[in-house]
Amino acid sequence: MGLDEATRIAHEFKLRRLKRERNGRLLKHAFLIGVSFIMLYPLFWLLSASLKPENEIFGNVDLWPSVFMVENYTKGWHALPESFTVFYVNSAIVTVLSVIGNLLSCSFAAYAFARLRFTGRNFFFALMMMTLMIPYHVVLIPQYVQFLQLGWVDTYLPLVVPRFLASDTFFIFLMVQFFRQLPRELDEAAMIDGCSPFKIYWAIVLPLSLPAMGTAAIFSFIWVWEDFLAPLIYLNDIKSYTVPLALRLFLDQDGQSAYGQMFAMSVLSLVPVVIFFVLFQKLIVRGIATSGMK
Amino acid sequence: MKRFIARNAPGYIFLLPWLVGFFLLALGPILASLYLSFTRYDMVSAPRWIGFGNYEYMFTRDRRFWKALEVTFHYVVLAVPARLAMALAVAMLLDKGLRSIGLYRAIFYLPSLLGASIAIAILWRQLFDAHGVVNQALAYIGIRGPEWLTNPETSIYALVALAMWQFGSPMLIFLAGLRGIPRDLYEAAEIDGTPRWRQFTRITLPLLAPVIFFNLVLQTIEAFKTFSSAFIISNGTGAPADSMLFYTVYLFNEAFKFFRMGYASALAWVLLIIIAIFTATAFLTSKYWVHYENERD
Repeated sequence: MGLDEATRIAHEFKLRRLKRERNGRLLKHAFLIGVSFIMLYPLFWLLSASLKPENEIFGNVDLWPSVFMVENYTKGWHALPESFTVFYVNSAIVTVLSVIGNLLSCSFAAYAFARLRFTGRNFFFALMMMTLMIPYHVVLIPQYVQFLQLGWVDTYLPLVVPRFLASDTFFIFLMVQFFRQLPRELDEAAMIDGCSPFKIYWAIVLPLSLPAMGTAAIFSFIWVWEDFLAPLIYLNDIKSYTVPLALRLFLDQDGQSAYGQMFAMSVLSLVPVVIFFVLFQKLIVRGIATSGMK
Repeated sequence: MKRFIARNAPGYIFLLPWLVGFFLLALGPILASLYLSFTRYDMVSAPRWIGFGNYEYMFTRDRRFWKALEVTFHYVVLAVPARLAMALAVAMLLDKGLRSIGLYRAIFYLPSLLGASIAIAILWRQLFDAHGVVNQALAYIGIRGPEWLTNPETSIYALVALAMWQFGSPMLIFLAGLRGIPRDLYEAAEIDGTPRWRQFTRITLPLLAPVIFFNLVLQTIEAFKTFSSAFIISNGTGAPADSMLFYTVYLFNEAFKFFRMGYASALAWVLLIIIAIFTATAFLTSKYWVHYENERD
């Protein structure tokens, strides 16, 4: 077999591989588009149901409404004893305060664990990691008794105060991972220049950790916004309800036929999350890949 | 002594909020809940010590406790492998040189981000309604779907479907893991004429084992804690016929509907122990089936 023959065979081999790869790619795209459609269909269905007249919602796979019932939104907003303006304000208060609390307290703890030397550090770090595993249900009942005795039930304090005490341990872990990667020389140089640990935290570590802080902020926003169990337990007065609790009221109304309005308000409750997702997709994806959150 | 304080003070000052939280919101409540689990406590009168009474009742006479365990385990066994398989399959498809990967990744992740919300649980109730979209789609291919949510045999599958729909975050973690596998291993295998499925079992699976392990532990713990969706879809009761009586739903009702705080605390401790045993077993056995790259030599 001559050299020419060998190159010819090699060439043909390559051509065949390229062709196979192209076909494979097309097949792959077709499959992925199919999966994408299935993944998005429930969301499209929700959106379409929120705009349909009551009699078209069920028994009809067609996504396009015959008439666009914008009333579902305007009526749904006022369908419950309090208007959704109240629920959104409540949710916003709880969420904003919780995010601030999470960022402050978790970055404090993470800075101590990742950048400061002190006796007992490893011990406390191990404890912190263990609390990551503990289901919320185990601390729920004593916490409830505690907050009830403090007179905090039916206020936002049980939802907000724990966040200022770094109760969402997960974010400590996330920030520790990030803080550890920053070069040590920065701290040492600053120390020699006479910077206090607080100054180093505020002027060096935090500004360099904006991606991690951003990821933590986004996730705590989304989780607090969607949180159901804690508000369900601590908020009894409808005036103090957050959006998820309000949505549940639609289900409790007996003999109602306000599906369109319920779906309309459901769509609106998802809007902030979707906006955050569209704006900060990169941070979210990177955050999960590096820390492995749920 | 002075130097000791000076050296340690900054660390503890920064740790202070967490330390306070740890004692008041984690350690304290955990011990309190252990104590309460040995009492009868209705929040009106003081807790009354009954020794192992709650546990004895739970294990020997409480049929709903066993039902809740059964439902939860059944769900974990179905939902976790389904979600992980889905996540790995899609991650592998996305991994190899596709250009629009960012868009697909976003589409596949979005449901996971929305999935915890009440709006989605409400939506799911309607999708799996007897006349809902799922049954309409089945009717198209000539299958008469069951009344998913009112039939105790099928209700759990609605929740498994919801879990599968949210495969986004294990997918992202798998993607990161797949990036770490050296390409030349596949090229060498290709040259040797190794078939694809063999490349999968001989290269991808072993090298991805730590990531699979990580996802498995994380997702299993998550699945044990499933609450909101089961609560909303079953009207807060675990109906029909307790077929959606997830452990956490049972615990919630015992505590906040019937105010059996002592008994609910015992339930919470059993859940803690189950999760602890699972996690410990997973980590202790992991060295037999997970090989970490850097441990080889």
